[in-house]
Amino acid sequence: MSKVLKIKKGADIKLVGGAEKILADAPMPSTVAVKPTDFEGITPKLVVKVGDEVKAGSTLFYSKDNDQIKFASPVSGEIAEVKRGAKRVIQEIIIVADKETKYEDFGVSNPSSDSREAIIEKLCKSGVWPFIKQRPYDVVAKPSDQAKAIFISAFDSAPLAPDNDFIVHGQAATFQKGIDVLAKLAEVHLTVNNAAKADGAFLQAKNVKLHSVEGPHPAGNVGVHIHHFAPISKGEVVWTIKPQDVLAIGKLFETGKYDATRVVAVAGAQVKTPKYFRTIQGVNLKTLLDGNLTEGNNRIISGNVLTGEKVTLDGYLGFYDCVVTVIPEGGEAQMFGWITPNPSKFSISRALVSWMSPNKKYNLDANMNGEERPFVVTEEYDKVFPFDIYPVQLVKAIMVDDIELMENLGIYEVAPEDFALCETVCTSKIPTQTIVRNGLAMLREEMS
Amino acid sequence: MSNAIHKFLENNVKPNFDEGGKFEKFLPAYDALETFLFVPGHTTNGKGSHIRDGIDMKRTMIMVVLAMVPALLFGMWNTGYQHFLATGEAYTFMDAFLYGALKVLPLVVVSYAAGLGVEFIFAIINKHQVAEGFLVSGMLIPLCLPVEIPLWMVAAATIFAVIIGKEVFGGTGMNILNVALTARAFLFFAYPTWMSGDKVWIGGGMDESVAYADGSTGATILAQATEKSSGFVDASGAAYGDSFMASFLGMIPGSVGETSTLAIMIGAAILLITGIASWKIMFSGVLGAYVMGLLFNLWGANPFMEVPAHMHLVIGGFAFGIVFMATDPVSAAQTSTGKYIYGFLIGFLGIMIRVFNPAYPEGIMLAILFMNVMAPLIDHYVLEANIKRRQKRTMAVAA
Repeated sequence: MSKVLKIKKGADIKLVGGAEKILADAPMPSTVAVKPTDFEGITPKLVVKVGDEVKAGSTLFYSKDNDQIKFASPVSGEIAEVKRGAKRVIQEIIIVADKETKYEDFGVSNPSSDSREAIIEKLCKSGVWPFIKQRPYDVVAKPSDQAKAIFISAFDSAPLAPDNDFIVHGQAATFQKGIDVLAKLAEVHLTVNNAAKADGAFLQAKNVKLHSVEGPHPAGNVGVHIHHFAPISKGEVVWTIKPQDVLAIGKLFETGKYDATRVVAVAGAQVKTPKYFRTIQGVNLKTLLDGNLTEGNNRIISGNVLTGEKVTLDGYLGFYDCVVTVIPEGGEAQMFGWITPNPSKFSISRALVSWMSPNKKYNLDANMNGEERPFVVTEEYDKVFPFDIYPVQLVKAIMVDDIELMENLGIYEVAPEDFALCETVCTSKIPTQTIVRNGLAMLREEMS
Repeated sequence: MSNAIHKFLENNVKPNFDEGGKFEKFLPAYDALETFLFVPGHTTNGKGSHIRDGIDMKRTMIMVVLAMVPALLFGMWNTGYQHFLATGEAYTFMDAFLYGALKVLPLVVVSYAAGLGVEFIFAIINKHQVAEGFLVSGMLIPLCLPVEIPLWMVAAATIFAVIIGKEVFGGTGMNILNVALTARAFLFFAYPTWMSGDKVWIGGGMDESVAYADGSTGATILAQATEKSSGFVDASGAAYGDSFMASFLGMIPGSVGETSTLAIMIGAAILLITGIASWKIMFSGVLGAYVMGLLFNLWGANPFMEVPAHMHLVIGGFAFGIVFMATDPVSAAQTSTGKYIYGFLIGFLGIMIRVFNPAYPEGIMLAILFMNVMAPLIDHYVLEANIKRRQKRTMAVAA
């Protein structure tokens, strides 16, 4: 292993309600859903209609721009509903799940003897391809690209994030199989947090370049790893994938099935017993949360508190998410809130008293704690942004649609999640992640 | 209790200002007042970061205002102290403080009233929210002016500064020049007789209510330094026992808030501990001034050049400017490297202007304004360096 990279910039926001390392089997959900909105920049072309029977691995829709990229059903069952939103954009494809899952058979094969083309075809056909995302643009990777590298972060440093060491434990062979598949596509980089504590599945992985990164969040963000180990210059592409999705690829080659099983952490202050569930991609959140929530005005988030999406109890788990977080919604106005010491609120500045108790675990709600303003405070983002990139200047370049400046300032290297902490700590309450997402989308349009 | 007030405002008062209400035009004004009472309870959007830092613009600005309070209180006392020193009357601590408070508070009130008035009008015209930037400017303006300045001049300068210095650029966060210094520079060039000399600094000095005793003078140390490098005299004409210590503590004539380096340092400590002001600017600013002072000491062509380098740090508006004005994040350099350069040059040029051109004793004001203009250029070159690094990498890939 190369030497340990120590990240100094960043912040660990310690929240109450971390998932205990107990793995429970969630019951088979009555319904699951695939949400095309989880895939940025993809216009879905449906190939099923309501009433169709599908198997796990059957294609539900493909990308209008690239019919190679297919999206599969995680379960077998019947298409119950295609939910559309404004302008008839497809929001959810809801499937009533069979009790016993039937699988499409994609055939068992050995990645080391398969050709690159055969592997890509198999990944695409079976619907696991969308697990692979690319930078620039933070979208589903293009199968025709030759990536410079594939990055896997073995740890998630976000607040209340699931512990991947716990999740992959005992699945070393499957994980290795997945790595072998990916290694056929590009050089695979795997980054662990603490080499002493990481699971053997990661540490003993072959066919990978192993890195170790330490420090506060976003140390676990794959964008930080790419920036330091294989920075993306204009014209280059790097692919990223999460450890659990590597397992899915491994299983595809081991069994020939699209196995959408995944372990999901259910965490947050409003969860009665926060723990891990073995469940399925796109699960109906009621399955995980029913009876497990404290009464009150709750905010249910598919994903973590920094980057996730607000959903309702009737909602479904997002495609890329391995955690469901439930925090209080908040929403009460605070009298003279701009001067009260507010020890129960997190802040990286020392204008609140909470800096005096660095190890305190917070029960944070979803309050904005202020109103949106123009940028005033400087070097605030820099404190939580471990890149050799000027974050505020980049955000401003995006705001004024200056494409050349965006490129020059390094937009190809970042994804909205890298700005999550910037958005969190922003005094001016600027919606940074949305701005970066819009910038990436605009740039992608210009470049295509 | 606070819930009841909030409910009352939301249900009974706010509807008048909402669309279709009697006073809908004045919604920004109402909104500014309501959000001052209650930080609104709105929650984060559906996508993105769901939890937010407890800090907001109001808290940031209020912290800066709090940091200026020691300088303000000391300035009130010192105004009285200088007055009684010049008249030679007997006085108590409270006499001095009350005399000063009556002189200084009107300046503060006029500055806030004029500035916030303009802000509210612009918010109503542009239908945007009132930003908090002027909370700080409104306190800076009275503190950087001589106590004898007529109130109408304060109002005129404040209105000029807020409109020309800020609103024409788009309001808080968009201005090039520090707003308070714009106001000060406006007065300095429009009404020089009220901004310099040896009468304006002493409470009552301009209305002849001070019968100067023989030999007494209201000249600031900065003004005296054009003729001598030591042996400065106070308002009564007596020599300071230790002019460095007197200047450090602030018992010298000068603008209301600028005299006491000690009180300013308390403010600096508040700003640095909370992390609101940039230590990089303060540190490099002090360094720049000290280096320039030393260089002048080596040269020593006239008395002003012989003023010890450390003396430069405690006289005039240097400390006040570097702590409260150079660190204004909007008009300062915004990059880390840029801040070192920006701060250093303010200190360096400030002392240079002070010594080379005794007609403009307040060199710091001009240095900060000049560097405000230069700050985007500094940032530009810092960014260019970053861009070059990235382009080199791309070229290496292409090759």
